[in-house]
Amino acid sequence: MKKLVVVGNGMAGVACVEQILKHRHDFDITIFGDETHANYNRILLSMVLAGEKSAEDIILNDIDWYQDNGIRARLGVRVEHIDRTRRVAIDADGGVTPFDKLILATGSNAFIPPIPGIDKKNVHVFRTLDDARVLVAKARKGCKAVVIGGGLLGLEAARGLQLRGCEVSVVHLMETLMERQLDPAGGAFLRRKIESLGIRVLLPRQTQALFGNGRVDGLRFASGEEIEADLVVIAAGIKPNAELGRKAGLEVRRGIVVNDYMETSDPNIFAVGECTEHRGQVFGLVAPLMEQGKVLAAAITDNHGPVFTGAAPAAKLKIMGVEIFSAGSIDESDPAVEIVRYEDPSLGIYKKLLVKENRLHGVILVGDASDERRYVQWLREGTDLAPHRRHLLFPPPTPDVGLEVAAMPDSEVICGCNGVSKGTIIQAIHRHGISTLDQLKERTRASSSCGSCTGLCQQLLRAVAPEFQEETRTTLCSCLPFSYEQLREIVRGQQLKSVQEVLNVYGNRKGCEVCKPALSYMLDMLWCGGHDEDRSARFINDRVHANIQKDGTFSVVPRMRGGVTSPDELRRIADVADKYNVRMVKVTGSQRIDLLGVKKADLPSVWADLGMPSGQAYTKGVRMVKTCVGTEFCRFGVQDSTRAGIELERRLENLFTPHKVKMGAVGCPRNCAEATVKDIGLVGQDGSWQVVVGGAAGKSVRKADLLITVETTEEALEACELFFQYYRENGNYLERTYDFVERFGIEKIRKETVYAPEAEKQKLLDRLQRSKAIAKDAWLEREAPVNPTQFVQIQPLENNLV
Amino acid sequence: MTSERYWTRVTRTENIPPQEGRSVTIGGMELAIFNLGDRFATIENQCPHKGGPLCDGIVSSTVVVCPLHGWRFDLNTGLAVRASLPACVTTFPTRVEDGIVLVDVGHGSRIEPEEAVA
Repeated sequence: MKKLVVVGNGMAGVACVEQILKHRHDFDITIFGDETHANYNRILLSMVLAGEKSAEDIILNDIDWYQDNGIRARLGVRVEHIDRTRRVAIDADGGVTPFDKLILATGSNAFIPPIPGIDKKNVHVFRTLDDARVLVAKARKGCKAVVIGGGLLGLEAARGLQLRGCEVSVVHLMETLMERQLDPAGGAFLRRKIESLGIRVLLPRQTQALFGNGRVDGLRFASGEEIEADLVVIAAGIKPNAELGRKAGLEVRRGIVVNDYMETSDPNIFAVGECTEHRGQVFGLVAPLMEQGKVLAAAITDNHGPVFTGAAPAAKLKIMGVEIFSAGSIDESDPAVEIVRYEDPSLGIYKKLLVKENRLHGVILVGDASDERRYVQWLREGTDLAPHRRHLLFPPPTPDVGLEVAAMPDSEVICGCNGVSKGTIIQAIHRHGISTLDQLKERTRASSSCGSCTGLCQQLLRAVAPEFQEETRTTLCSCLPFSYEQLREIVRGQQLKSVQEVLNVYGNRKGCEVCKPALSYMLDMLWCGGHDEDRSARFINDRVHANIQKDGTFSVVPRMRGGVTSPDELRRIADVADKYNVRMVKVTGSQRIDLLGVKKADLPSVWADLGMPSGQAYTKGVRMVKTCVGTEFCRFGVQDSTRAGIELERRLENLFTPHKVKMGAVGCPRNCAEATVKDIGLVGQDGSWQVVVGGAAGKSVRKADLLITVETTEEALEACELFFQYYRENGNYLERTYDFVERFGIEKIRKETVYAPEAEKQKLLDRLQRSKAIAKDAWLEREAPVNPTQFVQIQPLENNLV
Repeated sequence: MTSERYWTRVTRTENIPPQEGRSVTIGGMELAIFNLGDRFATIENQCPHKGGPLCDGIVSSTVVVCPLHGWRFDLNTGLAVRASLPACVTTFPTRVEDGIVLVDVGHGSRIEPEEAVA
């Protein structure tokens, strides 16, 4: 067997080894990595910093992968020297490893500008998983963080630190952010977007010194201006790590020079990735490195064929909600270059194409990068744009998204990061019986890096895989291309407090009648009522706290806890019905009284005259607890269901839920108040309560599942509260408990509510209490309307046409 | 001849919160006025489907959604958006002057859906 030594355990090196494994080969492979981690996705480090992913989430090849493929992994071992005549690699431990072929994949190092004070404490680079961990540990809430460098990595690091609670400033030497990828106009759009996230942008600023006594305290710029800093991150660029190649006597200019087969000046030594220089070009982005790996793998296994011819630069910013894409040449000094441009300042969208001799030469997309792959393909294939001239900036509408992927040729690359084509994916699906996205990722690597092709991969699976299992999570609506789970993560992680904020950063800024109420609910729930309430995002019922009827009037249902009322209340209800000419007074199915046909303008005075709280009969919230008379009067009753029901209603009332929540409490298994077909039910037995959940007697009829049987009323109420809060936090908007219980399964729900560890239970109850502490009877807005015309009809200032 | 005499001073801008609508009756016509953030727009208040009060609908960008059955209308043109049947409402010129919303009730316009298709 021939010995292959790979120096570098990063994305490029390991991806290259993966390609070699696909060929017939007789290599005995050893990989050296100076980091102690298995191969991880460096592109996603900023998401680890932001807390959006964990270190485990970004592992690409776990330790098992090395073992399964018979690869020796020497992690945490740095190769110090390569002796080309003896053909051995000498590592820092003094180990000598012989090789027949060697691959240098040493990547790049952070460029550290020679600024006085740069060696102070709390000044860091951001290049490795360990760097990310250090930054996570130091990035405390309120900490003043300064990022030097307004390029891709600097901006991603800035956002990550900000999401950790830091006050972040980005300092950039140039007039334009990401000036290598953007023109001044595009840079200005990006700057506005970054500033709208709450990050300070300082341009152009030349950092002259870092000051502080041992620890950094701040930065001084060439202008003399100073800013404070508790933490400084250097993201001023990268340079190829070519040192090993240089010491070994290989040809090295900026990087280790390779030919079109990725061979260095020594035919037994290859190089791949950011340490290389090919035809004068060095690399800093992942896609061309994957391409290099394929070429190298073919050449080293004596399958010379494909050649690497270089790559058009392409870059994409990975900050959620800030879409930036740039590819090709953005230099417009060439008189033959035509510019095609579109800008919409209020939407923050800027698109610019550089066209030369009817071929795409370069592209800049800010605010909307949805068309990115079309441009990548035009660039790569040098497509004649004549037939596309009318649709350069916006693609012709496709009637069905499925067609988009159907229309692609098999050779088209779906996953740009890993160079996986449509044909490869289809083959893999058929050959390996793939039916989930995770299997597809595992098998082909498609969609496993930046994730921007996930949608396309899913479309392919849907179209081709006979047993495609749709991810259970569903997208909220087309305004916000995220699932409920993702949205909850985003809102929590990004500390978003208003519907418009979520739409501005993650959606299409507009929203619709589907997502706005859903987001309103989500914000209210996640921030326990401490969000920025926006009534315009709510359905009319939740703006005026009554149920709109077919003629535009409203119905009014006062709260009557447990269905118990009094002669006084009934008299007031009768008086109100007379006074306001209520068209119908109706006893509802939920043991309450409904006043139908009330005009919007009369609502506040109707509520005042009733002197009763809102029954929330108009909203996705706590409706009522229906009860029977229990031990109080009934000769069969074994539990005091009336009192238990009233107490349950009191504890949960005025809260919002994913969909309406109707409850019941019965004093014996005869179930007179139908508790077993309620969202939450209490069924009294001699000496115990059964707590049941997920029942329904509406569009569907479903008997509730038993959550738990407990002895005391207090325990029963607590079980109800646990389930109630769990449903609030995990139910999708407009998902009734009977769908929720089936989706989650009662076993899982039990395990995470009533049988959860005490600390977890307490957290659920605490969040419920926090929401409850802020929740108010909505009808009190009669005295303090949220705006002067919440209920009143506008009277024109003049009406000279009457 | 100018249309000046039809401009009716309706209400102070702050009486209609952003992204919400309010109804007002002028000259016997019930109108719905919307605050679109950067400007105001006025349409007839009755949904042509079942007479729902459009002023109570959720507004997104320039589309209002009837609260009764979800019919959607573009506030610029009055045309129904993505409806199963062609439909429209009358739109009225609207402007703001010295913090007051003015509507020209004499110059309502309707784009009949057939026209729009052609």
